[in-house]
Amino acid sequence: MSYGTNSYRFAIQTLSLSRKFGDLIAVDGIDLSIKEGELFSLLGPNGAGKTTAIKMLCCLLRPSSGTGMIMGHDIYEDPMAVKRTIDVSPQETAIAEHLNAWENLSLIGGIRGLAKEEVKKRSEELLEMVGLAKRAKEQVRKFSGGMKRRLSIAMALVSDPQVLFLDEPTLGLDPQSRRGIWEHIAELKGKKTILLTTHYLEEADALADRIAIIDEGKIVALGTPQELKDSISDMQVMVVKAKNLPLDVIEVLKYIYPEVKATEDGIEIRAKELSFYEIVDYLRPRGVAIQSTSLKRPTLDDVFLQLTGKELRE
Amino acid sequence: MRFTELAVRNFKEMWRDPISIGLEIGIPAGFLVIFWALGRSLGDESFLTPTMLVPGIAVFGFAFLLMFSAVVLARDRESALLSRLLTAPLKPRDFILSYSLPYIPLVILQILLCFGMGALLGLEALGNAGLAFLILLVMGICCVELGMILGLLFNVNQVSGVGSVIITLVALLGGIWIDIEAIGGVFYGIGNVLPFAHAIGGARNVMVHGAGFSSIATDFYWVLGLCPSVLCFRYFPVQAEDGGMNKRKL
Repeated sequence: MSYGTNSYRFAIQTLSLSRKFGDLIAVDGIDLSIKEGELFSLLGPNGAGKTTAIKMLCCLLRPSSGTGMIMGHDIYEDPMAVKRTIDVSPQETAIAEHLNAWENLSLIGGIRGLAKEEVKKRSEELLEMVGLAKRAKEQVRKFSGGMKRRLSIAMALVSDPQVLFLDEPTLGLDPQSRRGIWEHIAELKGKKTILLTTHYLEEADALADRIAIIDEGKIVALGTPQELKDSISDMQVMVVKAKNLPLDVIEVLKYIYPEVKATEDGIEIRAKELSFYEIVDYLRPRGVAIQSTSLKRPTLDDVFLQLTGKELRE
Repeated sequence: MRFTELAVRNFKEMWRDPISIGLEIGIPAGFLVIFWALGRSLGDESFLTPTMLVPGIAVFGFAFLLMFSAVVLARDRESALLSRLLTAPLKPRDFILSYSLPYIPLVILQILLCFGMGALLGLEALGNAGLAFLILLVMGICCVELGMILGLLFNVNQVSGVGSVIITLVALLGGIWIDIEAIGGVFYGIGNVLPFAHAIGGARNVMVHGAGFSSIATDFYWVLGLCPSVLCFRYFPVQAEDGGMNKRKL
């Protein structure tokens, strides 16, 4: 592949990228290689270092050590070249509240050097795409959170960037708005190189070609959603829905199996080997009214739990 | 000329906030009338004549402009709009210009309003009014730049507090309605280091005594030299993201 005189193998590459804030290591030597056209997700809890990593790749923060390359341009050596190839939708909605939707898009198109005609054409397309065409002339301070978020994504697309950073694009939105934004992001798959950060497992699972799980600044796992799930497929999860489940029974099960979690309507038991009959035969004589039992396929939540020892929503 | 797009946005952002604009223009005009009335009550020997008051009130108005520019930038920083803008291939000078230029019409409007109101109340300028206008214009731009620095360092709530302190300092140490030279001591010493008293004093010298540029050159260059735009030129993008008094969450 080539881009001008610059040659590169990956659209985004990081080499031991690190950032410290005083004694706190926010990003700890991450190495990533993201192909052109790939939708790559950084999945991790709040404070894991996702936004800091994106800020460094967008040339907003200087790495403490290591570096990153965007379309072959070094973020440290040539930030202006990097900025010409990227755009970003920050975690906050990041829009000009007193401008209307149309003016917001024109602003970003203008500062990124697009001709007026091109901005007009792209804005029309994008406003249509995100369903804001009818309200394009309204000041955006009157928009709902979901509308602002959709506009924010459209603003990141107006310059038709080669690499797009989406930092928690659905944070704080209701499920319906979230799914609407997923659809817009899914439409971009294969057309743009996208680095998406999220702490929503379903979002990464539904959208990403590959996922890197990040915790305390380090990449703890990397692969396709299926690869990550397969990596713990030797763990079986049995879901028991039951009533009259005494605490002492759960405590005994915790001695037998490595992970036993009480749920709203029963328990979940995880182990490499689970004996269905053994569990049922243990529960029934102790007065537990079993309503149903099932074996569950591992989810990204399970992957995260196994790798970090904590739940993502903590 | 990519900065023009951002300058136009900042201009619209400012003029689409009619309450702030109204206060910005109305407060100095109101103070001018109040102190003029007070001066009349005190008699002919009063310091508070329209000719003495107009430069002071104009600079007093710039202190509000300082807060205004600080709030706009602090708000852009808090909403992460500034982060988005900083990922565009703009240079530090583009940011400085686009966050400064939109306020210049407001600075000019404020000076003209003070002069106009002063004329209605009996302003008698002996010297070149254009020269007085020039030194006040530089002071106004200086205040906008200072506001930008505050906007980079503090959040919106903090800006209100810090801005109030600055307004008080301008009022007391700038010699707007008291003669700080007559007070002397530390009070005069501090006031003399800051640019506000120089801008007011220079403009008064022109208007009251008919002084030419050579007589107010020291005041003029003092104001110009302390214009903090030079300081924040290289500093802007670094401070906007990497620093500030409010460390962002990771």
